[in-house]
Amino acid sequence: AAALCPCGAVLARLGGPLRALCGSVRGLAAGTQTHFGFQTVTEEERRKKINQVFESVAKKYDVMNDSMTLGVHRVWKDILVHKMNPSPGTLLLDVAGGTGDIAFRFINYVRSARERQLQKKLRNHQNLSWQEISESYQEEQFKPLGDSQVVVCDINKEMLKVGKQKAQYLGYSEGLSWVLGNAEELPFDDDKFDVYTIAFGIRNVTRIDLALQEAYRVLKPGGRFLCLEFSHVSNPVISRLYDLYSFQVIPVLGEVIAGDWKSYQYLVESIRRFPPQEELKAMIEDAGFYKVDYQNLNLGIVAIHSGFKL
Amino acid sequence: GSAGLSHREPRARQGHGEEGDEGCSRLYPGHIPTSPLQKALLAGGSAVMALYDPYRHDMVAVLGETTGCLALPNLRDKMKHHPEGYRILRERPRIRLSTLDMSRLQGLPDGSLGREYVRFLEDNKVSPDTRMPPKFVDDEELAYVIQRYREVHDVMHTLLGMPTNMLGEVVVKWFEAIQTGLPMCVLGAAFGPIRLSARKLQVLATELVPWAIRSGRNASCFLNVYYEQRWEQPVESLREEIGIFPPP
Repeated sequence: AAALCPCGAVLARLGGPLRALCGSVRGLAAGTQTHFGFQTVTEEERRKKINQVFESVAKKYDVMNDSMTLGVHRVWKDILVHKMNPSPGTLLLDVAGGTGDIAFRFINYVRSARERQLQKKLRNHQNLSWQEISESYQEEQFKPLGDSQVVVCDINKEMLKVGKQKAQYLGYSEGLSWVLGNAEELPFDDDKFDVYTIAFGIRNVTRIDLALQEAYRVLKPGGRFLCLEFSHVSNPVISRLYDLYSFQVIPVLGEVIAGDWKSYQYLVESIRRFPPQEELKAMIEDAGFYKVDYQNLNLGIVAIHSGFKL
Repeated sequence: GSAGLSHREPRARQGHGEEGDEGCSRLYPGHIPTSPLQKALLAGGSAVMALYDPYRHDMVAVLGETTGCLALPNLRDKMKHHPEGYRILRERPRIRLSTLDMSRLQGLPDGSLGREYVRFLEDNKVSPDTRMPPKFVDDEELAYVIQRYREVHDVMHTLLGMPTNMLGEVVVKWFEAIQTGLPMCVLGAAFGPIRLSARKLQVLATELVPWAIRSGRNASCFLNVYYEQRWEQPVESLREEIGIFPPP
């Protein structure tokens, strides 16, 4: 939380890392307890269990997403990329990007933005000679993505494997790279990326504060942090219906479609355990981001949090 | 009691829409407690999926567990009131590769149950270890009954002389449906033939199913036979004892 005194900015900057340090020390001392769904486990156990969950669901991940949300997750992801509004030349890091949903949408978006850009340019070049026109086609300027790039980073090999297969199947190759990495300790230099996204991934991170700090570190000054995640429904009627659907239907869908009840039981429990909108906003501010805000989708079933590194 | 590592946080139980008996703990390893609504959804979903993708044997298993609430207690009672069945319920034998002495069974004379059972496993390239453990049965003894039913299935194939192709499986399902009354067997017997060719359907309808029904009705409960103690017994003699007519 931002301090009230004039040195507030500095303290806020230091506060985050200091708290993390204390947390780590406490963790080492006590074998920190954390949660896995509604169970209590150590941090080490939690990481292992989550790894197992995603190894198990990787192949049916997309099918299950469509079944559980009746396809609505596609709209949520579209909204995220539209909110991002990337221009050609943007460098995006998509963390926990596993099967590539955000990355592919990003590529589509900059591709059409680039096309519009080129069309505009060509319209202004009506009076060029043939020589000049052919030169402009040959120049490096005719890049379909305009130097935009997306790095998909995920901690789970199976999810990355599925993502790469999908990319090949759908024909995505340019401007796309796949990196195995941990959100709590990213294998990237400081100040590298224009945008950092994490869609339905931050919930599975064991130390959210560390992930947020890493996000801050790898973003360029002026860079944007975007997080799409399940959140808290405040409307009591919708909340009851949502709970009913989550706990009664989703594990059954998991068993019938993916042969895996337990992973989907974990999913619905982990949603309930995740901090609600305001708390997550505070955590993002703690990591040093400014202009932090959130947008509820579907009455809070899902929320997009956004922040800037200034 | 609750299983090993996990325990529920008290906070989690308050105010969440978790209907049904999430409060009751695991009755056996692998047990997943489910509410009546969940069981109904599972039954419907597994039935559809089993028909849509016949390779999803786990769906057939789930269907059996979620619909067996009347038939399973019946079976358990039949076993309790029979001396051999009662012993099985008490001793809880398991048919698994680790418990079977394969070399000994192979060494038995041709025509004996053990020899023919091993031959059946080899010919059809199946193993008794691929049977799903029960998950959704909310009674520990009934869970064993359905587990026993699954593990004995291959022995039934041997006794009925049916291979593991679609036709053979349907015939065994007819026999099991008459004997157990499990809705999963009834559904399997009724809907299994959908995927068969006309010629096979004819054989099925004219010869195999009538024989299966006659045998099923005539025979005593096949779960009341302690197969592990009868490997040396000739198949024909065991058939006569149970009351299964010779296969066509």
